[in-house]
Amino acid sequence: MRHRPRGENIIRFDSVGLRYGLGPEVLQDVTFALPSGSFHFLTGPSGAGKSSLLRLMYLGLRPTRGRVVLFDRDIATTKRYELPALRRRIGVVFQDFRLLDHMTALDNVALPLRVRGVRESEIRKHVPELLSWVGLADHLGAKPSTLSGGQKQRVAIARAVIGRPDLLLADEPTGNVDDHIAMRLMYLFEELNKLGTTIVVATHNESLVSRFAHLPRIHIEHGMVTTLRHVPPEEME
Amino acid sequence: MIFSRRHSDLPLRGDATSRFLPWLVGLMVFLAAMAVAGVFVINNVMERWDHDVSGTLTVQVIPAGGDQADAVTEERVLLAVDVMRKVPGVVSVTAFDKKRTLALLQPWLGNTEVVQDMPLPRLIDVTVKSDARIDLTEVAERLSHAVPGASLDDHRVWLSRLINLSRTIQWLAIVVVVLIGMVTSATVVYATRTGMAVHYGIIEVLHLIGAHDDYVARQFADRAFALGVAGGLIGLGLAVPALTAIGWAAKRLEGGFLPSISLPLSGYIAIGLLPLLAAGLAMLTARLTVHGTLSRMP
Repeated sequence: MRHRPRGENIIRFDSVGLRYGLGPEVLQDVTFALPSGSFHFLTGPSGAGKSSLLRLMYLGLRPTRGRVVLFDRDIATTKRYELPALRRRIGVVFQDFRLLDHMTALDNVALPLRVRGVRESEIRKHVPELLSWVGLADHLGAKPSTLSGGQKQRVAIARAVIGRPDLLLADEPTGNVDDHIAMRLMYLFEELNKLGTTIVVATHNESLVSRFAHLPRIHIEHGMVTTLRHVPPEEME
Repeated sequence: MIFSRRHSDLPLRGDATSRFLPWLVGLMVFLAAMAVAGVFVINNVMERWDHDVSGTLTVQVIPAGGDQADAVTEERVLLAVDVMRKVPGVVSVTAFDKKRTLALLQPWLGNTEVVQDMPLPRLIDVTVKSDARIDLTEVAERLSHAVPGASLDDHRVWLSRLINLSRTIQWLAIVVVVLIGMVTSATVVYATRTGMAVHYGIIEVLHLIGAHDDYVARQFADRAFALGVAGGLIGLGLAVPALTAIGWAAKRLEGGFLPSISLPLSGYIAIGLLPLLAAGLAMLTARLTVHGTLSRMP
């Protein structure tokens, strides 16, 4: 892992704006910075712009204005062929999982490693291990269509973390699972965070956020970041 | 087996492209094989024409009129033979009698009985040394002065026209091959773009997890190559019997209308390489198409 020293900014947005085509700005003057090793909630009502903000963070979109700096690289001036190397340092759990239906759970999780050219022997060693860790040891050869919503979500999370990313972005990762599994997933994220991964979890599940009230949150509403609150450790329960 | 093979990130095998592209490439390879065969056959024929007529001259003596026409004509023929024998470099001079002249006309006219009594020009076949440098203009002038109604033909005029026509046909065939290549490329571009649209979701996931454009492009290129080879073999499978049939039919043609049509070894090699060329073209086109399309992604 190439985790940075805690405290340095891993990502910074300066007056970032985003619009789709000629439509209105869905994000306006978004300015914030995430220190390395931090764990943030990204909250806000549906349609507030959480997914758009995440897409900008995982380089699925380019901002229409403003400046995005990721791993000390200004995205506007980074060459296109250099972007895959940055993307490989980011793990993403998509809201709709985006698993490849024609592949087994194992192949789905192995995908980021194959893209990087990791040897098959390594893949065969690490991927089953991780799937066992997320409780899917009995579903290694299952296709996504035969898995439940919760199981798919865990496969998606395994795929996001298999490459041991510096930054993990999760879009509503607990949206399709019961409270028990939601808590397990959050504990998994916390474990990853302890290992140095910077984590952003987008959710509109207020009860989940309140259970982890010690975590800072970026609140977004009507395309604007309205609150960036960090609860210092001494204020935690 | 839980792990699938390396190149299965994109499920391209099930695409509609996999069904129609080989047949289309097959048709293109078949047409290209016909055109390429045409180019090589024409080239072969031209070389033979050139070889056959070089070193030969023909003297034509117009038949005389009047009561003693045959005798006068015969006398002029003998005179022309005498003039030609005196030309340095001439190896042999053979005058064709009327019977042999009629035999030459038979392939074109069929029954020659109708022209038996017509005043046919008499022909004299002259063979010269291949390295002889003869001033043909001077010989032609000497001949026409010495023998009334005699003219010298060195075949160059009609041969050059024939060769010009053949070369035009050859260029047309080459243009046809190029057009076939362009149509094949356009089809592959369309098929690749369709495949990319169908699998856009998967491509986007690969892109977002850090796949380089070439990682995706290679998968489309490999598939296009496999389909191109399959199509090329179909085309070759159709072309070989078709060319064999044409060759067989040409051999059955009697007479001298057509020179012997045969495909040289280089022609067979060129046609044999067509499936690989088609597959290579499909692979390159697919790769460039994917790169072009992906370059528009962020």
